[in-house]
Amino acid sequence: MIQYSIRRILASFPVLLGILIATFVLARLIPGDPCKAILGEKATQEVCAQFAERYGLNKPIYVQLGIYMGNVLRGDFGTSIRFSRPVTVILVERLPTTVELGLAAMTIALVVGIPAGIISAIKRNSVLDVVTMVGANIGVSMPVYWLGLMLAYFFALVLKDTPFWLPPSGRLSPGVTVVPFYQVWGWTVPEAGFWRGVLDFVARLYLFNSLITGNWKVFRDALTHLILPALALSTIPMSIIARMTRSSMLEVLRLDYIRTARAKGLTERLVILKHALRNALLPIVTVVGIQVGNLFAGAVLTETIFGLAGVGSILFEAITARDFPIIQAFTVVIAIGYVVINLLVDLSYVFIDPRIRLE
Amino acid sequence: MASTSVPLSSSVRDYRANSLWRLTLRRIFRQRPAIIGMTLLGILVFCAIFAPVIAPYDPEAVLIGVEDVRKREPPCIHLLGCPKDRPQHLMGIDGNVRDVFSRIIFGARISLFIGITTVSFAILVGTILGAVSGYVGGWVDLVIMRILDVLLAFPSLLLAIAIVTVLGRGLQNALLAIAIVSIPVYARVVRASVLSVKENAYVLASRALGGSHFHVLLRRILPNAIPPLIVQGTLGIGTAILDAAALSFLGLGAQPPTPEWGTMLGTERNQVFTAPHLVFFPGLAIMITVLSFNLLGDGLRDAIDPRLKQG
Repeated sequence: MIQYSIRRILASFPVLLGILIATFVLARLIPGDPCKAILGEKATQEVCAQFAERYGLNKPIYVQLGIYMGNVLRGDFGTSIRFSRPVTVILVERLPTTVELGLAAMTIALVVGIPAGIISAIKRNSVLDVVTMVGANIGVSMPVYWLGLMLAYFFALVLKDTPFWLPPSGRLSPGVTVVPFYQVWGWTVPEAGFWRGVLDFVARLYLFNSLITGNWKVFRDALTHLILPALALSTIPMSIIARMTRSSMLEVLRLDYIRTARAKGLTERLVILKHALRNALLPIVTVVGIQVGNLFAGAVLTETIFGLAGVGSILFEAITARDFPIIQAFTVVIAIGYVVINLLVDLSYVFIDPRIRLE
Repeated sequence: MASTSVPLSSSVRDYRANSLWRLTLRRIFRQRPAIIGMTLLGILVFCAIFAPVIAPYDPEAVLIGVEDVRKREPPCIHLLGCPKDRPQHLMGIDGNVRDVFSRIIFGARISLFIGITTVSFAILVGTILGAVSGYVGGWVDLVIMRILDVLLAFPSLLLAIAIVTVLGRGLQNALLAIAIVSIPVYARVVRASVLSVKENAYVLASRALGGSHFHVLLRRILPNAIPPLIVQGTLGIGTAILDAAALSFLGLGAQPPTPEWGTMLGTERNQVFTAPHLVFFPGLAIMITVLSFNLLGDGLRDAIDPRLKQG
């Protein structure tokens, strides 16, 4: 087990290194002068020279890469060219929005997708199965942004003045403010630094923050704002998870040991949930890992539609403005997050299927 | 030689009749989803080919002064009670006073073109990389696969956005970006096929008989990769169309006035509350197109790979 984990963790290092280099190179390949992009086309050569000096853009490219790698290892992503603020601070501001959105979407996808797949497999070829699978097929084929716009239209306009009305944009209603949990609890916190960043990050997960502080008004407000974007973002993973659960369950339900389990008189519920599902889980978990990556990509589109200031929207803006430090930092964080989650998925195989340990 | 004139025995004829392709075709026609997929695709191809005949207007023609229509007018269908003296516009009028229906019909051409060209390019490059990687093995395999792993570590749409920013906006660059990000999938499929048969006796025999590496790879090994590639490719076309539309939606792909569905949706997205038809129809068109490829791809997979055949 430990050997397997270590081997698997070590194997992901080259990929992480590759990600760092690839992002650096890609960001430099973006044509156009960042100085002109930020300070305007009329910026003089002298001003631009100072600008390049300040952000280290005048050094040879390999020196820049070296400095960059060193800084990243120390957790320093530099200063945003456009906002003139440390990238880590912006990261702490923006990441919670996307994390909250992604978690909510994944929760919906799992809570709906897995049971739907199981029921479909048990009641194979029934009306329920056909309807679920048609729904899943449509779900994977839908553009996220289109669904988002249609949901916003339906819930914010058609259902206006009904109890089902939902807000079409933002994270909170105007006038609603979130008090960080550490202030509510009267903690003395450092002005800046790593721990302050962690605390701020947690506090900006509005749902979690309002839940632990028991502020139900904010909780409800944040929740109603989260429903539509999370729903839009969840459709693709939900459909894929439902389809994978169904086919994986069908595969397992055919096996002899299931017949044995039934023959010894176990209840159907026990056979399905304990005997069949456990063995069917492996491909499902793999798919979930892959879908996490797609969630980040979907977040770019969903955040644009629903006016959310998350990672997706800032990354898109940064690319257009050639704000190298932001592009690098956010892409690296997303890619690392993706690699780490898939690492966890790989490690979870061992728990789900102990036979893997022996290989 | 005399043997060529000997009539085929019935068992050989049976064998031919049951060749992989015929069997596949027969199995496909037994699956309802695949039939629905093919029908939808047939309609789309028909629309794409006969677009000038089907579309009542030029997709880029502005109707100001031509007809008495307003900007973003909702659909007017005579059969559904729209006054007969009003000009008929099945899907309404867009923000630049153009007929949306005509634009949707012409959009089928662009979307099908996008899907097929990007996937063809990705399959071509992916096959070369995967074949070399699997056949040569060793450090070549290691280097190629690690590079592809890095590509796979980025969410495909984000990587495509970054590549388009490097190359510049526009449909052509968007196509290239989507093709690049989909290469790893095909490379992996081909590599897996190559690895699975590389050491088989018939491959070694072909080498022993003096076949060059190129000959063995092309004629003996790669044909094994064709079925999974077809399945993956069909499903990939759907994804490519979806990604291309997303890039266009963000303003990075096809530029106005091109009647591309994603662009149409993107330019009118702020009007969703006032003119929902401008958002609804392009999205529906994207969904139906992607759905048709997905249904067909699923059907093909079940038909080609009997192990997955259920019941």
